[in-house]
Amino acid sequence: MYDFEFMKPSSLDEAVAALAEEDAQLLAGGQTLLPTMKQRLAMPSKLISLKDIPDFSYVKAEGDTLTIGGGTTHRQVSEEAESAFPGLASLAGRIGDPAVRNRGTIGGSLANNDPAACYPAAVLATGATVITNRREIPADEYFQGMFTTALDEGEIITAVRFPIPEASRYEKFAQPASRFPMVACFVAKMNGGVRVAVTGASEEGVFRWSEAEEALTATFSADALEGLAHPANGMISDIHGSGEYRAHLIGVMTKRAVLHLT
Amino acid sequence: MTKVTMNVNGRSRSGEVEGRTLLVQFLRETLSMTGTHVGCDTSQCGACVVHVDGQAVKSCTMLALEADGAEVTTIEGMTNADGSLGVIQQAFQDYHGLQCGFCTPGMVMSAKALLAENPKPSEEEIREYLEGNICRCTGYHNIVKAIMAASGQQVEPVAAE
Ligand SMILES: Cc1cc2nc3c(=O)[nH]c(=O)nc-3n(C[C@H](O)[C@H](O)[C@H](O)COP(=O)(O)OP(=O)(O)OC[C@H]3O[C@@H](n4cnc5c(N)ncnc54)[C@H](O)[C@@H]3O)c2cc1C
Ligand code: FES
Ligand code: FES
Repeated sequence: MYDFEFMKPSSLDEAVAALAEEDAQLLAGGQTLLPTMKQRLAMPSKLISLKDIPDFSYVKAEGDTLTIGGGTTHRQVSEEAESAFPGLASLAGRIGDPAVRNRGTIGGSLANNDPAACYPAAVLATGATVITNRREIPADEYFQGMFTTALDEGEIITAVRFPIPEASRYEKFAQPASRFPMVACFVAKMNGGVRVAVTGASEEGVFRWSEAEEALTATFSADALEGLAHPANGMISDIHGSGEYRAHLIGVMTKRAVLHLT
Repeated sequence: MTKVTMNVNGRSRSGEVEGRTLLVQFLRETLSMTGTHVGCDTSQCGACVVHVDGQAVKSCTMLALEADGAEVTTIEGMTNADGSLGVIQQAFQDYHGLQCGFCTPGMVMSAKALLAENPKPSEEEIREYLEGNICRCTGYHNIVKAIMAASGQQVEPVAAE
């Protein structure tokens, strides 16, 4: 890792100002960024820690929405979202391992948009809103492909606002070495219909499986998925599994999620 | 270089670090506390687990400067006041929860964090909690037994050699 200057601002304004400098980068839990810097795939000259920013870490349920501060750790979500939005708490409680969950944050995960990250599936499946220091971005516009998002330079995720589904379930088939999903599906029963988001599978990152959404909106049962198969083109192929294997897992994970809810 | 100060196992410790100095480097190289191990340096193995403000973290994936002002507990802080092995450490010895011992500091620190949250975990809960702690020697069975025993639960004794 190359050396850098470290700072820990105590206000969002100070962080925004510091981020305007060339080669400055935000540091949240560091569970992605520090390993990336060790590999010299990122070489910021200044790291701006978000840990001292006030009101940046919270889980707040109000009516039918749940708002989570950008700096909230996976652990805190797994504990504090349990009563209002158990599907999301369960997802957060299965990210990586306990030590990763004690540091890693929802804002860091969404800014990074790893094609196998867990949170993007919940954000896309519920049609959540990513809130930054500048604007509000709907989930359907936020994810723009592997490691790519609608965030502009200098933009900080301050919160994520989820509409709470009637019922939801995240099914994750973990890659045992990395503990990231090989393929995972988030099924959300929203009042306008069912939404299904898939992570880990596609070269384009998280996506919605519209055929399954239509079938499940018509009839919410595992039988409704019979005969549906996701095509293998565009799916990730690597030493852990072929595109065909991942495409098959999409069907299996979606079905497990529905079975869990019925 | 920047000065960093943290409370390590109940004692205030300071040193000069670079921005990039990892917490584990500060512990091992600046403070010469080599109980905390580096197994992978890629955030996978858990050999480097310590507690920061009561929470288990991978000290290879946290900067020393991020721990400025924090309460840090390491494997050196697990012994009893008289220097004898603490409950979890003793159970690892009694139940042969280690072979080469490389993973052991991280295992003990993770076990300590687990028992603080869940004083009587089931075998399954122990295995799940240790997901981020990799051991290349033991096959895990005796580690799980040791943690069961440390939590005061009944365990089959280990066969005599
Ligand atoms: C062993 C291991 C297993 C893991 N398993 C999983 C898993 O199963 N599922 C999963 O989803 N993830 C997994 N992760 C990744 C983990 O969830 C990370 O916490 C997450 O990807 C990044 O969050 P962070 O807070 O650590 O961000 P950092 O690493 O600090 O930052 C990541 C990126 O986001 C930027 N950033 C951070 N915060 C903000 C913000 N508020 N606004 C804008 N940009 C920001 C940073 O500048 C950086 O570019 C794993 C990680 C490890 C080490
Ligand atoms: S040395 Fe830190 S996780 Fe392996
Ligand atoms: S005892 Fe050797 S790695 Fe665990």
